[in-house]
Amino acid sequence: MRTIQPLPLDERAAPRMLRPTVFWRIREDIPLSLAWLLSAGSLVLLLLAWLLVTALGIVPPLFLPSPAAVLGAFGRLLGEGLLLNDVVASMLRVLAGFGLAALVSIPLGLLMGAFASFHNLFNPTIGTLRYMPASAFVPLLILWLGIDEAPKIALIFIGTLFFNTIMVADAVKFVPRSLIDVAYTLGTSRPRVLREVIWPAAMPAVLDALRVNMAASWNLVIIAELVAATSGLGYRILRAQRFLRTEEIFVGLIVIGLIGLLIDLLFFALQRRLCPWVQRGGE
Amino acid sequence: MIQYADRWPHLAVRQVSKTFRSRRREVLALDAVDLHVDANELVCIVGASGSGKSTLLRIIAGLLNASSGAVYVDGLQVSGPGADRGLVFQDYTLYPWLTVEQNVAFGLKMKGVDRQTRREQAQHYLRVVGLEHVAGQLPHTLSGGMQQRVAIARALANQPAILLMDEPFGALDAQTRALMQEFLRKIWRETATSILLITHDIEEAIFLAGRLYVLASNPGRVRAEIDVPLPAERDFTLKRRTEFLHLKDQVVEMLRAETLKNF
Repeated sequence: MRTIQPLPLDERAAPRMLRPTVFWRIREDIPLSLAWLLSAGSLVLLLLAWLLVTALGIVPPLFLPSPAAVLGAFGRLLGEGLLLNDVVASMLRVLAGFGLAALVSIPLGLLMGAFASFHNLFNPTIGTLRYMPASAFVPLLILWLGIDEAPKIALIFIGTLFFNTIMVADAVKFVPRSLIDVAYTLGTSRPRVLREVIWPAAMPAVLDALRVNMAASWNLVIIAELVAATSGLGYRILRAQRFLRTEEIFVGLIVIGLIGLLIDLLFFALQRRLCPWVQRGGE
Repeated sequence: MIQYADRWPHLAVRQVSKTFRSRRREVLALDAVDLHVDANELVCIVGASGSGKSTLLRIIAGLLNASSGAVYVDGLQVSGPGADRGLVFQDYTLYPWLTVEQNVAFGLKMKGVDRQTRREQAQHYLRVVGLEHVAGQLPHTLSGGMQQRVAIARALANQPAILLMDEPFGALDAQTRALMQEFLRKIWRETATSILLITHDIEEAIFLAGRLYVLASNPGRVRAEIDVPLPAERDFTLKRRTEFLHLKDQVVEMLRAETLKNF
């Protein structure tokens, strides 16, 4: 048998070690100051690029209006009360459609997550329906429900119902089995396990599902308003396009984005309020 | 049922077998297991992996059905989980949204005990486990050892006929585990509860038990029943005594043979 001798020192390659870095750390935190700097930088860069492109006249203002023009349009629409009107109109549709969907999907999701029997009863149907794009239902909904508020609310309803149900059911499936078993050995009946264990245990994930699907319904309301509406942010954008007021399209887009962000933050605050026991990463 | 009380042990496991069936094969996890726990007795079941000890405890708790055989508590056949058999798991199973006190009072609330009595009872059992000072806190603020003490208090507050414990100290560090063992002995003597505890830790089993069962593996069956001839008053120094070490050697040898089956 051959014995293996260590290489003489000068023939040995220097041991390779990872070089220290801050920016390129994989799945690790970076200093808070750098995090803030990068986040602020990404917004500032976007704004700067926008300013530069419009100021240099690279793109005609009809295609890309300047930030100043958009700001001006924002002030005008706000002053005329149109913007607020549109925001309220869209918001009410979202609340109605999403609210109804939540009212159905939360109990249904709980049942499907908790009982294999309900899962098998509903999953084939819901699993199929949820892959039909909600926006493709628009013609059908107009045929069925006319062009009033009903088809818009219905679009948001069917667009969020199925996904929300599946996500609530998943939230329930992630409740640790041992929490349920302990409840049984403490003398808890099945209905009370549902109410006193599964519901509170699933609540943080249910709120997460609502947050995600609220964003989806906010997308759907715009689609609904692009087709047949006389108010709302989608309508405002469509109208602006018709009259070639590109800056108003931008106002609409930015307002939609900001409201979406606001809703997100609202849900995070709600979760922190309702579920103080949920520990978040990063301390 | 009452007339049998003197003839029936407190908890009786009679010829319990369990076969797990999957599409491809059948696995016999438990083979005709017979054991019993008398009132106010602390019994340990020690077994290697593959001995089906967790399966056995789940059957006793009523969370799993036996394929054959039956479990009796005070002569009454077990048909499902109930408040008469309290359970403490290895992983922390406190309800994270409830305060420590609400956790301890959970079973009483399910029984319909009024709020005032619930509070008093919960406070009492928190005192028993020495944690009355954290009553208002949420579980995630507590250390692992404290969480398990709350879990024990929660099970005791229900005053179960028997307390079942599934590797209750398995997730704790060695130092905390040793303290918890002394603590459990103390609680057991103070509250006069019947306890059936399963563990793979031989030292733990001998230290805690008045009597212990050694399980064989694949399939799980009772290999030996051992009376632990050690004094009732026990502290950590016991683990250095000759009688203790002698008994430990015996059990180690038995389990080594069983563990080799899976190695």
